[in-house]
Amino acid sequence: MPDLFKPIRRLGHAAVERIWRLGFATRFLFAILQHSGMAFLRLPLLLREIYFSGVLSLVIILVSGLFVGLVLGLQGYETLQRYGSTEALGVLVALSLTRELGPVVAGLLFASRAGSSITAEIGLMKATEQLKAMDMMAVSPIARVVAPRFWGGVIAMPLLAALFSAMGVIGGWLIGVVFIGVDDGAFWSQMQASVDFRYDIVNGVIKSMVFGFAVALIAVFEGYDSAPTAEGVSRAITRTVVTSALAILALDFVLTSFMFRGTS
Amino acid sequence: MNRTVLDLWVGFFVAIGIAALLFLALKVGNLSSAQLSETYVLQAKFDNIGGLKVRGPVKSAGVVVGRIAEIRFDPASYEAVVVLNVDGRYRFPKDTFASIYTAGLLGEQYVGLDVGGDEKMLNPGETIAKTQSAVVLEKMISQFLFNKAAEGQDNK
Repeated sequence: MPDLFKPIRRLGHAAVERIWRLGFATRFLFAILQHSGMAFLRLPLLLREIYFSGVLSLVIILVSGLFVGLVLGLQGYETLQRYGSTEALGVLVALSLTRELGPVVAGLLFASRAGSSITAEIGLMKATEQLKAMDMMAVSPIARVVAPRFWGGVIAMPLLAALFSAMGVIGGWLIGVVFIGVDDGAFWSQMQASVDFRYDIVNGVIKSMVFGFAVALIAVFEGYDSAPTAEGVSRAITRTVVTSALAILALDFVLTSFMFRGTS
Repeated sequence: MNRTVLDLWVGFFVAIGIAALLFLALKVGNLSSAQLSETYVLQAKFDNIGGLKVRGPVKSAGVVVGRIAEIRFDPASYEAVVVLNVDGRYRFPKDTFASIYTAGLLGEQYVGLDVGGDEKMLNPGETIAKTQSAVVLEKMISQFLFNKAAEGQDNK
């Protein structure tokens, strides 16, 4: 007789496994926070990680920001033209970038560019038993390897998102004002009249901080938790990108519903 | 501890990141221009505020002189109380008229202050006595229709 309950057992196993990992990830977060004093005291370690996750992501962030701005400019102009209000192009580009696209798209790019490499690095360190070796030498791998990478990501992400938004606004300006010929003064003045510093820009920065925190945690956790084999590391990288993307989009919805609810 | 090339790159990254934030704050946002330095509070009561929003502009002669700080309902008089933050450089006479206008056909609504001729000025915290409510389009249309209908009956 075939085992009829096997699918149900597998489902239950998968569910328990998920919750188990979630609990482990939470404990892991507390361990990182506990050991992060070291990461800030040994600044060269932290600077190295900011270099790897921040500086090396600059090109992809700047170029994608520019292209997103160009597309927003073109599409926005196309639609606004129908209502004869092309001067509002600046508002449209700036608001959609600072509120949503800047943090979200920069977060997604950051997860696939920096998050995946963090996971790969830690995963390979685990597979080649470097983490164990550190433990043997009484060097905590969480303090020496994980915490600097985590904080490097957390620090780099808001700056990258701000760069993305700024680049996007310049892209929108390039298309709208330079190529299509929307009035330069109206473009900037309408933008400045409608974009509020605290309400729009600060909320966008808060979003990008939350995303940076989530992506960095997922990346270091998946690396640390990966199976110490070639296949295990590759799976961990995939999980990092997928989970980060889901986390960013879900968190974005939650944060948006808190921040921008109908007051404006 | 020596300086390394890596420090230069990280410094460069942090510097342009902060520059981007400043660009967003000053050029994209309104931190520089529309910030009202010293403000004082005026109140105005309206029968109907239409679609007026908090943070909307307060204009006099078309120039932005303040922002709407708060909108609340007064349960005693069943009116809307609109609290205005007005730029401290400008004072308005006692008989100033506060009305709710719409910028353009589909634009946002704002509070317009039409200045009267009184010698005395409104003090901070005072309530503007004369107000005109927002124009509700449905009311106007129905009034127009009723008038037309009434005219039609008179002609019979």
